[in-house]
Amino acid sequence: MEYLLEALHVTKVFGTLKANDDVTLKVKPGEIHAFLGENGAGKSTLVKMIYGALQPSSGEFRWMGNAVTIPSPAAARKLGIGMVFQHFSLFDALTVAENIALAMPGAFDMKKLSVRITRVSRDYGLPLEPTAVVADLSVGERQRIEIVRCLLQEPKLLIMDEPTAVLTPQEADQLFVTLARLAGEGCAVIYISHRLEEVKRLCHNVTILRHGKVVANVDPETETAASLAKLMVGGDIHVVRAASRDVQGITRLKLDHLRLPADGPFSVELRNVSLDVKAGEVVAIAGVAGNGQSELFDAVSGERSLASASMLVIDGRPMGHDGVNTRRNAGAAFVPEERLGHGAVPGFTLSQNVVLTRHSSDEALVKSGMVSSGGASGVSQRVIKDYDVRKGKPDPEARSLSGGNLQKFVVGRELDRRPGVLVVNQPTWGVDAGASATIRQAIVDLARQGSAVLVISQDLDEIFEIADRIAVISRGELSEAYPASELTSEKIGLLMAGAHELRGTEAKETAHAARA
Amino acid sequence: MRLVLEKRAEASGRMAILSPVIAIVLTLVTGGIIFALRGLNPFSALYVFFVEPLTTSWSIEQLIVKASPLAMIGAGLAVSYMANVWNIGAEGQLTAGAILGSAIPVFFPEFQSPLTLVLMLSLGVIGGMAWAAIPAFLKNRFGTNEILTSLMLVYVIQFVLDWLVRGPWRDPKGYNFPKTIAFSDWQVLPQFQIIPDSIGPVSINLGAIFAVIAVVALAFMMGRTLKGYELRVQGIAPRAGRFAGFSRERTVWFCFLLSGGLAGLAGICEVMSTVGQLQPGISPGYGFTAIIVAFLGRLNPIGALVAAFALAISYLGGESAQVALGISDKTARVFQGILLFYILACDSLILYRLKFLRATPKLAEAKA
Amino acid sequence: MNDQVLSVILTIITASTPLLLAAIGELVVERSGVLNLGVEGMMAVGAVSGFGAALMTGNPYVGVLAAIAAGAVLSLLFGFLTLTMVSNEVATGLALTLLGLGISGLMGESFVGQPGVHLERLHIPGLSDIPFLGPILFGQDLLVYLSLLIVAGVSYTLFRTKAGLIIRAVGDSHQSAHALGYSVVGVRYLCVMFGGACSGLAGGYLSLAYTPQWVENMTAGRGWIALALVVFSSWLPWRIVVGAYLFGTITVMGFSLQAYGIGIPSQLLSSLPYLVTILVLVVISGNRALMRANTPACLGQPFVPDR
Repeated sequence: MEYLLEALHVTKVFGTLKANDDVTLKVKPGEIHAFLGENGAGKSTLVKMIYGALQPSSGEFRWMGNAVTIPSPAAARKLGIGMVFQHFSLFDALTVAENIALAMPGAFDMKKLSVRITRVSRDYGLPLEPTAVVADLSVGERQRIEIVRCLLQEPKLLIMDEPTAVLTPQEADQLFVTLARLAGEGCAVIYISHRLEEVKRLCHNVTILRHGKVVANVDPETETAASLAKLMVGGDIHVVRAASRDVQGITRLKLDHLRLPADGPFSVELRNVSLDVKAGEVVAIAGVAGNGQSELFDAVSGERSLASASMLVIDGRPMGHDGVNTRRNAGAAFVPEERLGHGAVPGFTLSQNVVLTRHSSDEALVKSGMVSSGGASGVSQRVIKDYDVRKGKPDPEARSLSGGNLQKFVVGRELDRRPGVLVVNQPTWGVDAGASATIRQAIVDLARQGSAVLVISQDLDEIFEIADRIAVISRGELSEAYPASELTSEKIGLLMAGAHELRGTEAKETAHAARA
Repeated sequence: MRLVLEKRAEASGRMAILSPVIAIVLTLVTGGIIFALRGLNPFSALYVFFVEPLTTSWSIEQLIVKASPLAMIGAGLAVSYMANVWNIGAEGQLTAGAILGSAIPVFFPEFQSPLTLVLMLSLGVIGGMAWAAIPAFLKNRFGTNEILTSLMLVYVIQFVLDWLVRGPWRDPKGYNFPKTIAFSDWQVLPQFQIIPDSIGPVSINLGAIFAVIAVVALAFMMGRTLKGYELRVQGIAPRAGRFAGFSRERTVWFCFLLSGGLAGLAGICEVMSTVGQLQPGISPGYGFTAIIVAFLGRLNPIGALVAAFALAISYLGGESAQVALGISDKTARVFQGILLFYILACDSLILYRLKFLRATPKLAEAKA
Repeated sequence: MNDQVLSVILTIITASTPLLLAAIGELVVERSGVLNLGVEGMMAVGAVSGFGAALMTGNPYVGVLAAIAAGAVLSLLFGFLTLTMVSNEVATGLALTLLGLGISGLMGESFVGQPGVHLERLHIPGLSDIPFLGPILFGQDLLVYLSLLIVAGVSYTLFRTKAGLIIRAVGDSHQSAHALGYSVVGVRYLCVMFGGACSGLAGGYLSLAYTPQWVENMTAGRGWIALALVVFSSWLPWRIVVGAYLFGTITVMGFSLQAYGIGIPSQLLSSLPYLVTILVLVVISGNRALMRANTPACLGQPFVPDR
C-alpha cells in the first residue's frame, strides 16, 4: 500500500456551482499534506467529502488501495479518519470528558474515559482537565478537546481545517510539535490553510486548489512563499499598502480607562482599556477571538452603555452614556463582525437595510416618522455602485448575497456617510480575496481623507497590511498601541498570550532594535 | 421516502399570499372528512357551516358583531408577535377593560351624557393597558417570561370579575344573579344602519368602526413608519435592532400597551353592546381566538381583518350547524385549532421548499 | 385533628401529582432544546381520553393507557410541525393548546355529568394500616409512585447514561450534535413524545384520581403552571418534585381555607396558584446566574440541517 487515501476525479456540484472539479490527489501514510487555497477554493468541500459529511457528485475515493464510499462521519471514523473542524463541534455546557464521550463508540464509562483522556492529552502535549466545563475554556483549549477526541480513536488520517486561525503564534507552535509527532508515528495529516509560512514550515507536500480545481502539487521545500501565493491566487496579490506611517493628527476617538463588566458567564470583562485614534490613521486591535473584541465593539458602538461618559470621547465630546444613534449623529460609524443578523437584517432588502443604521443620521430617509423608500433605495443604489456589490436582482434580500458582497454593502453603507470615526470589527472575516482588497482599500482611503479608523481583527496579515499602529487585546485588557513598523508577529503573539509586562521592557527593546 | 425542507434563497412572495388560502382549503377538506366520518353529507354540512352564515342580513350583522373584537384584538396581537413580544393574555386584558369601563354605570348609574360613552370607552382602554402593563413590567424588570405571566393573569382577572359580580357590584335587584345593573342610553354603543331596509337592513355598532380604524392605523404604522420598521427589525433580528439603536424595553412596553389597550377596548365594547351589563362569560374566548386571527392574517393588520371574518364565520357556522345538523357547537373550536395548525405548517413553505428524498444514507452531517 | 391533617396531606399529594407528571415530561422536552407550550392542550385531551376509556371499559388502568397514548399522539402533531416543518415553536405550542382544549370539549360532551371510574388507592394489608404514615407512604394510588419513579428515571437517564448525555448535547448545541452524526430531529421527536405521554398521563390523573369526572376546561391552567415549574426547577429533575408539591400545597390550602369560611373572598384563594406562579417566575428570572446555568442553549431555536 503506497497511498493511504486517493481521490480520483472527484467532482462536487451544488446547484450550478462546481465546488470541486475533477480533483485527483494522493496522501501517503505519515505525511503532512497541505490543502492550500483561498476562501471558496473548495478545500472545505473536499475534506467534508473525505470525512463523509458530503457525498461526491462523481469520482471516487480509495482508502488503502480499495475503492470506498464514505456515507457518514461515523463511517469515516470507523475507517480511521478523524477531523478537527474550524468551527468546533463542542458543547459549552458539558464537561471535557462528556464532549469526548459523545464522539466515542462503544460502552459508556466516564471513569475509564477520563483516565484515557488524561493519558493521551499528556502524551501528546495537549493538557486537558476531563471535568472542566467547556464554557470556561479558551479557544486553544477547546481545539485540544477536538484533537484529543480524534486521537482517542487512533486515527490513520487526521484532517485539520485552518487550525491556527484561532491560536496565538505560540499555541500554534505547540500544535506543530504535536502534529509532527503524530506524523512520525505514521498518522497522515491533511492540513488546510491559506497561511503560506506555516505550510512551508510544517508540511511535506502541498496541493493547491483554485476555483475548485487542483492547480498544482508541489514540494514546499522547493517553493518560496511568493511562488506559493502566486499559485494560490493565480496572479500577483494586490497588497493595499506596505508600510505604515507616523500620523500626527488630532485625536478623534479616545477610549479612556474604559471598563465594562462581563455580561454573562460566556462574556469577557473589559479592564482599563485606553487608546487614542487620530485623524488620518488606522489603528488595529489584534487578538485571539474571545478576548473581549465583541465586548469592546459593543462598548464603543454604544450598544452597551458605559459607567462614565468620559470613558469614550468622540471628537472631544464625552459620549459614554450616549446610545448608538447619538454617536452616529456625532459622526461615528460602526461595522459589526456578524453581517447577517447584526449588521443587516437577513430577510430585509438592501434598501430596507440602509434604514437600519442611517435612520437617525440621514434626514432624507425618515421624514416625520415615516420611512422614505425612495430615499433608501437611492442610498442603496449608490452604495451598490460605489463598492461593486454584485447581486442577482435590483434590490435583493440581504441573505441572498454572498458573504463578500454583503460585507461590501455593510461597510459601504457606513463609508458612504463619510464618517469622521469608523470602527470595524473583523472587516474581511470569511470574505474572498477580491472583496477583501476592495474593503481594505476603502478603509485606508477613508483614513487618508482625515477620518480616524479603528479596526478589530484576528487576521495578522490584514493588520500588517492596513494598520499604522497596532494594539493587542488579551483577556479584556488592551496593550499599548505600537507603530506597526516596530512589531513582528512574534511580539504580537507574546502580547496575545497576555504578556503585558512586555509593555515596559521587551517591547521597548524591540522598538529600539527596530529603529537601530 | 423522507420529507425534508430546503431553504429558499429568498422568501417566496407567492407562498406568502397562498399559504393562508392553502391552510383554509386544507381545513375545509379535513372538516369534510370529519363530517363524513360522522355520517353526514360533507358538502351540505360544510355549506351549513361556512356559507349559510353569509346568506341573511341578520347573520351578516352577527358576523360583523363577532368579527369586530376579533379584528381589533387580532391586529394588536399581530403587531406584538411581529415584534417577538408574546402577549397571549388578551382575554384577560379584554376582561380588565370591561371591568374598569363598567365602573362608571355601576357607581354612577344616573350619569348620562355623551361624556359617559367617552369615559367608559377610555376606561376600557386604560383597563386593558393596565393589565397588560404587568407582564410588560415583569419582562423588562426581571426578564420574566411574558407568555406565562400574561396567561396566568387571565385566570386572575376572571376571578376578580367573578368576585365583583357576585359581591360588591352585584345588581341588588337582580334576584341574586351574578350580574351588574343593565346599562342604558349613553352606557351602550350607538348603532348605525349601513345598508338600507330595501336591500336588507344591516346595522353596525361603534365597535365595528373602531375595529376598522385600528386595523387601518396599524397597517399604516407597520408599512410606512419608522416605528413599524423598528418593530419588524426587533422581531426578525433582535441583535440588528440593538445595533440600530432601538430599545427592546420600549418595544415590550409599546406592544403590550397597544395590544392590551385594544383588547380592553374590545372588552368594553362587548359589554356596551352585545352583553349590556357586566357578568361572567362576557367573551366566548375572543382573546384566544384572536391569536389564531393574528397568525391567519400573517401577522399583518389588514390580514387580521380578513382573518377575523373567517373566524367569525366559524363561530356562526358552529351555531347554525348545531341547529341544523345536531352537531356540537364545539366543533367550531376544533376547526379553529386545525386551521391554526395548517397555517403554521404552510407558513414554513414561505422560507422553505418541500422536498421528498428517497431513503438514502444520511448525506448531510456537518455544517456547510 | 390528626385525621384532618392526614386528609389534607393526602389531598396535597393528589393535587401535586398531575403537576409533577406534566412538568417532568416538559423538562425532558426542554432539555432536548424544544419548547412545547402545548402542555395544557395535551393534558386536556389526556384527561378526556382517560375518562372516556375508563368509562367504556370500567377499568381505570385502560383509562391511564388511553391518556398516555392521547398525549403522545398530540405531541407527535407538534413534533411534525416544529421539527419536520420547522414552524415557530411558540405559535405551534399555543395552537396545540387551543386545539387540545377544543378537541377535549368536543370529545367530552357526552361525558358531562357522568360518574367517572375512580383510580383506587392501594391498600397493602399491614403497611397501609400503620397510623398516619401508613396511608401516606403505602396507601397512594399507583400513579403517585409512578410519578416519583419517572423523576428518578429521568434524573438517572439525563446524568448517568449516554442517552441522557445525547439529549443534553442536542439541547446545548444542535449544530455540534449534528456534526457528530447524531440525529437531532430524531432525538427531539422522542423527547417530545415522552413529554406528550407525561402530559397525557397528567391529564388522565386529573379525571381518574383527582376529581373522577369530566368537566370542560378541568385542567384549569395546570399545564401552564407545569411550564413555569420547569423554569422553577432550573431544568433539574428533583427540583420539579419540590416545586410541584409546593404548588399542590398552595392549591389545597386555598380550598381548605375556603372550607373554614375565613373572611377572604374564595376567588382570591382560588387565584392563589396563578399569583404564586407569577411570583415564582419573577424570583427565579430575577436571578440571572441561576437562569443561565442550566438553560438549554438551543431552547426554542429551530434546527434545519444544511444540505
